[in-house]
Amino acid sequence: MSRAHWFNSLLYLITKGPILSLQIMLISRLCRVGVRVAQELSRGGYMYMTRTRYHTQGPCRQYQRPLLELLPETRAFQSAVLQKHHGFSTSASDGASAGGDEEKEAISVTFVSKDGEDIPIRVPIGMSMLEAAHENDIELEGACEGSLACSTCHVIVMDMEYYNKLEDPADEENDMLDLAFGLTETSRLGCQIVASPELDGIRLAIPAATRNFAVDGYVAKPH
Amino acid sequence: MAIFGAKQVLWRSFTTVASHPLRVCIVGSGPAGFYTAEKILKRHQGSQVDIIDRLPTPYGLVRSGVAPDHPETKNVINQFSRVVQSGRCSFLGNIALGSSISLEELRELYHVVVLAYGAESDRVLGIPGEDLKGIHSAREFVWWYNGHPDGRNLDPDLKSTDTAVILGQGNVALDVARILLRRTSELAATDIASHALTALEQSSIRKVYLVGRRGPVQAACTAKELREVLGIKDLYIHIKEADLKTTPADEPSSGQRELHFVFFRQPDRFLESHDRKGYVSGVHLEKTALKGVGSGKQIAIGTGQFENLSCGIALKSIGYKSVPVDGLPFDNQKGVVPNVKGRVLSDNSGDPTSVENGLYVCGWLKRGPTGIIGTNLYCAEETVASVSEDVEQGVLGAATESNWPKPGREGLLRILEDRKVRVVPFSGWERIDKEEKRLGSLRNKPREKMTTWEELLKAASE
Repeated sequence: MSRAHWFNSLLYLITKGPILSLQIMLISRLCRVGVRVAQELSRGGYMYMTRTRYHTQGPCRQYQRPLLELLPETRAFQSAVLQKHHGFSTSASDGASAGGDEEKEAISVTFVSKDGEDIPIRVPIGMSMLEAAHENDIELEGACEGSLACSTCHVIVMDMEYYNKLEDPADEENDMLDLAFGLTETSRLGCQIVASPELDGIRLAIPAATRNFAVDGYVAKPH
Repeated sequence: MAIFGAKQVLWRSFTTVASHPLRVCIVGSGPAGFYTAEKILKRHQGSQVDIIDRLPTPYGLVRSGVAPDHPETKNVINQFSRVVQSGRCSFLGNIALGSSISLEELRELYHVVVLAYGAESDRVLGIPGEDLKGIHSAREFVWWYNGHPDGRNLDPDLKSTDTAVILGQGNVALDVARILLRRTSELAATDIASHALTALEQSSIRKVYLVGRRGPVQAACTAKELREVLGIKDLYIHIKEADLKTTPADEPSSGQRELHFVFFRQPDRFLESHDRKGYVSGVHLEKTALKGVGSGKQIAIGTGQFENLSCGIALKSIGYKSVPVDGLPFDNQKGVVPNVKGRVLSDNSGDPTSVENGLYVCGWLKRGPTGIIGTNLYCAEETVASVSEDVEQGVLGAATESNWPKPGREGLLRILEDRKVRVVPFSGWERIDKEEKRLGSLRNKPREKMTTWEELLKAASE
């Protein structure tokens, strides 16, 4: 489904009004991007297309996520949320390098390079996969340095079991993933996967570039 | 004659060199240029890479295109700086292809020339009134607020109207709309050019129309940008093409800023003001309908119904366009250099066997002006793969047994010195960078950009 269908979907959702069951039905049919934008707008009281304060009375409040996860109104708040993600991994790695904590837990992660080569590494709990890749000289691009402003650290989680253990991606991550080259059903941004004990043994593939590189928006079929 | 003389001298000095490193010149220091440099250095350990740019500052659109309120997108500059700091790659600024040095001369000096200079011109609508005052291309406007020295004197009039019309609904159009409507207190803490901030603080623009000739499905903007603009505080968003239920409480209060998305309208002509001759006063729009032209593509067809949209300023955000140079095959229709996997072809016939030896393209000049920074990653991989193949097959006569040396950087600098071109090396950029950051810190901005050629060249040499 074209990535641009979200816009049409959002308008459709808006015109139909805040009817819960209808929304559920629509949401299940919409493409990934459309769902996210539509949900976000319905939560924010967008049916009337006026950007009022976030906590306006809305009809589907039980679908509202906790405050911190919600899309912020101002850019400043948004950056604060992003820094919360980014800061977590850097502070954790600072802790690791600050010395003294020799028994800091780490998990096993295997990166699979573009050429299909297995690269097993140890990643301290709390470090992002992007950072771990760079620490181990693994070729994973990270143009925006983990600030959710690009999709170059795109990795494919090779086992569905591990993919399901990950927290759902935030809207911002999904927006960037949609632009990633070679997107699959188990794709994530490496800067957003943070090492935790249940991810021990995870395998992450670095997508290979092919001749058919895409311009923004193209979503490759999962394979 | 100068180049022949230089060649003589350099040939003699180079025949004594045992191995001849691959000498590469990349024209353009934006993402395409830097990703290409990075990948060439990786694949050819002994190579020497020079990135030239007509500006004294590197990084292309990362510096002059990315909006001031998107600082994270500019983080890639750190990665690019490291490429130069590695020592095997030089940045040489203030060198204009065509005037400082010709393409032909570059191909004599280097084994490999990769053109990655992007698109510095615009598509035109080709409708009456397009040259009225008050109509600008979005590219120029973006250069203006981003402090590009060639955009310094745009001087858009934001004070004599409350309405701006933007034709186009891509990410650039959204950037322009956002900069026009964002609270200037928020912009003040960004690296926006001071002259633009001042103009925006005095701006009377309160309504911006984003006009697309097709529907929302075809709108070229992406989710992130749309989500962002919908999230701007105190901004009334209006989308007409839906059966909206509004209550009186939802109407905008007077003076409130408004962003209107207008679909299915294509510009027929620009209207001239009666009071101010020569100035735009509105756009005459034709309603459109979509027509399928096979394989899911839909185009806009005029329906013969018209309406007017008044405005005092109009910005065309309908696409960038590349500019050809002497000696470079160019496809004027597509606005790109004819190529196969980055290898430049001698003409537009598409014949893959008529290849221009040692000449390659990357980035917008190769693919057309679409895509994001990361798109150039794959573009560069493809072009560099072609370069590597050609090197291995001995086509370029470099770094193989039967090779010939090329003067490379030394030759280029010698010629430019003769011509009194003031080359700005990376250290010159570092001086500019330091000074901009220093000036910025005095105003709580990440940097205060220097926006004239004089200031930049002066700071580079101090």
